[in-house]
Amino acid sequence: MSDLVLTGGSVLTEDGVVESDVLISDGTIVEIGINLAADTIIECDGAWVGPGFVDLHTHLREPGEEWKEDISSGSAAAAAGGYTAIVAMPNTDPAVDAGHLAMFIVDRGRSTGLVDVRPAGAVSMGRHGEQLAHLDELWEAGVRVFTDDGDAVADAGLMRQAMDYLATRGGVIAQHAVDPGLAAAGQIHEGAVSSLLGMSAIPAEAEEIIIARDLRLAELTGARYHVQHLSTAGGVEMIAAAKTRGLEVTAEVTPHHLAFDDSMVATTDPAYKVMPPLRSIEHMDALRAGLRDGTIDAVATDHAPHAAHDKDVPFEHAANGITGLEWAAAVVNTVAPLDPVSFYTRMAVAPAAIAGTPDHGRWVAVGNPAHLAVFDPAHEWVPERTVSRSSNTPYFGMALQGRVVATVYRGAITARDGSPAAVALTS
Amino acid sequence: MNHFLSTEDTTREELTELLDDADSFVEVLDRPIPKVPALRGKTVATMFFEPSTRTKLSFEKAAKALSADIMSFSPSTSSLSKGESLKDTVLTVQAMGTDAMVVRHKATGAPWRVAEWVDQPVLNAGDGAHQHPTQALLDALTIRQRFGTLDGLRIGIVGDIRHSRVARSDVFAFNTLGAEVTMVAPKTLLPTQTDGWPAKASEDLDEVLTELDVVYLLRVQAERGGASVFPSLSEYTTRYGMTVQRFSRLKPDTVVLHPGPMNRGVEIAAEVADDDRSLILEQVANGVAVRMAVLFRLLGGEHDE
Amino acid sequence: MTRQVMDPGDVDRALTRMAHEILERNRGAADLLLVGIHTRGVPLAERLATTIERIEGKWIPWGSLDIGLYRDDLDARPKTELGKTEVPEPVDGATVVLVDDVLYTGRTIRAALDALADLGRPERVQLAVLVDRGHRELPIRPDYVGKNLPTAHHERVTVHVAEIDGADGVAIEPGGTP
Repeated sequence: MSDLVLTGGSVLTEDGVVESDVLISDGTIVEIGINLAADTIIECDGAWVGPGFVDLHTHLREPGEEWKEDISSGSAAAAAGGYTAIVAMPNTDPAVDAGHLAMFIVDRGRSTGLVDVRPAGAVSMGRHGEQLAHLDELWEAGVRVFTDDGDAVADAGLMRQAMDYLATRGGVIAQHAVDPGLAAAGQIHEGAVSSLLGMSAIPAEAEEIIIARDLRLAELTGARYHVQHLSTAGGVEMIAAAKTRGLEVTAEVTPHHLAFDDSMVATTDPAYKVMPPLRSIEHMDALRAGLRDGTIDAVATDHAPHAAHDKDVPFEHAANGITGLEWAAAVVNTVAPLDPVSFYTRMAVAPAAIAGTPDHGRWVAVGNPAHLAVFDPAHEWVPERTVSRSSNTPYFGMALQGRVVATVYRGAITARDGSPAAVALTS
Repeated sequence: MNHFLSTEDTTREELTELLDDADSFVEVLDRPIPKVPALRGKTVATMFFEPSTRTKLSFEKAAKALSADIMSFSPSTSSLSKGESLKDTVLTVQAMGTDAMVVRHKATGAPWRVAEWVDQPVLNAGDGAHQHPTQALLDALTIRQRFGTLDGLRIGIVGDIRHSRVARSDVFAFNTLGAEVTMVAPKTLLPTQTDGWPAKASEDLDEVLTELDVVYLLRVQAERGGASVFPSLSEYTTRYGMTVQRFSRLKPDTVVLHPGPMNRGVEIAAEVADDDRSLILEQVANGVAVRMAVLFRLLGGEHDE
Repeated sequence: MTRQVMDPGDVDRALTRMAHEILERNRGAADLLLVGIHTRGVPLAERLATTIERIEGKWIPWGSLDIGLYRDDLDARPKTELGKTEVPEPVDGATVVLVDDVLYTGRTIRAALDALADLGRPERVQLAVLVDRGHRELPIRPDYVGKNLPTAHHERVTVHVAEIDGADGVAIEPGGTP
């Protein structure tokens, strides 16, 4: 493989941010210095050069709903957004509750070759919340994150069993924290907006109750516990308190919960229908603060592709979800801007640690695998198209600040200026 | 006005114009030949995805009194059971040549979606527990006929406000027209939050009863009794029903309204329902006139682009 | 440039003459019912009724008719407020005199005849207009005319009545380009 040099950027190293060039050869970072040269040059003036982003929460829809997305199209969207590794949610059809399904996803990801695709495994068989999935098989297949995402593990007994089982292995139990009884047929956040719409709603407590319960169980079992798509101020508080007490607890927030409050659903536009629902502005502000101070460890997209006909219906009949891989970094930089170290910590370093992907999320250093995201925090643009197979996103037409200049995966350029690079990859 | 979907964003001027037009249609409906040719050649589709008798009849009578043709759609005759989407259904009906659509749907916001899909005026005939704006117009017209204006009137809306699209429409329309609205219900039937509601809230009917110029009784949905929102129908009647005893405590010119259908003996005593100061049949008659006013405004002339 | 063609005195004299003509043609005021067409026909009908009352010493019923719902050109016109239709006596069997300010294409009168038919079946219907400016598009002719006013198509005839505009008067404005 010919050499690649990233020139003139602000490089995020273990020792802080340095203005430097980065030389890459054979998929590895070989030199950090000035006036470096190579066959291929990417000018990174004004941009940050840091570890490739890692998404803890991607729905790739394969197997089972390939018309919405597949591992190939989802990988391309991820690369376009600066990602070098993504964790695929197991709520496919069939659910990823056994080792061979996890291996299928790893293989498909590898043959696409644009990002590392790491499957998350289901906690329960079929995600039915009744009986533990084949956790050992999944572990052997490389699964490190377990979740019934799409549904909560509602039964406290089952949750305890899963935690007990995985605690010694060190696997992460990730929870879609929505109490099904309290959420019932709820469509949106319970508050002023739902009151005026007369729509069934989900109180913040539906999330907070599950988090409170799970934190006690995490303490009881010693398991690593992760809250997915955190949406409430109460949740942020509980995570902060649990961390203070030394529990191995982490949390993620989605770009849309940082960007929007529930005033967006006042017109019942299904583009804004997500689970958990967009909350009121107080919750949104608490999430932004939590991301800033590190209570929330990671940004995770909850990239959830749906066909047009799943959204072109009345709100109450619409599918939950927003696609976001391609502009997640830009959205975060626009609505909740961070200094470069915090930014790469939330986008890459922390999620890599949770996902258990040691090759990723490493500060730029000689000898490390070349998984890099070059991000220009000042570039202004408006998303207008997508490489995802679905376009259920409210971000089209929205002015964003910050753009992925280049994504480098295994030393090869997988995306330039927000579009997947048309390069043939060899591994 | 391109559509008529909600009272939440209508101005006092718009509401007043519609009520003024409705006054003219009340006169038309009183003529020997209660029909005018204003919408001759127009076709109005009534698309009721949720069963309804009175509202559908009222809209159809209004369209006919304006000489419009009617295309009527109801779920029992529909292809929804064959899996056709709402979007395909309304586009199909539009392709047959309609000029306006009257939409009722149990999903909140469905008429807004329809308004995005079709290129003709859409009238909301009730969506979920959200809005039912022509009901608010007919209620306002009935009150205005009696008092001359809504300005400064004290109106109490009593009952299941939380699940009522009538209440949501009335609160905004009455307030916009200058009335002071109080919502009266047990906590479980009041809105979960009253932020953004231009009305006061009370759990005690007897406390506010004697101040009111208009008492608007909402229908108790008896099936909700089982959903434990109040202990029993008799307990509801005791605390919130318009009994003969409560009726006698009202100011002498206070009137009683009800959107129908009534549960006699539950939210309203039979004697009250039949009293001259209960305007329930006037409301029904006015329903046709206000729907004529809305149809005429949307179809009878140039549209705002 | 606006050209004044009738002053308040002219209007008053014209209305008085028309009142006499109405009585003469109908051999008195029996069964007469004057119906003014919104907007400026209504005060003109009232004034004709008052004048006839003065002459005959007998109250003459008069009312108003809104023809907004009977127009054949609803799509082409900006929306206007609907006026009141109030006719104090049954039109059945009456001699109805429709009153309007200006007779032009005749379409307003066609609509008024339709509207009147929905109120009942008059014995006969006559038409009184303050100004006939010509350019008929329908086979309609007036029975009583205050003033015949030859005009060009592009000109605009404006009638002012004291009850609405403060003072009586008729003027011709050049209007748009011919």
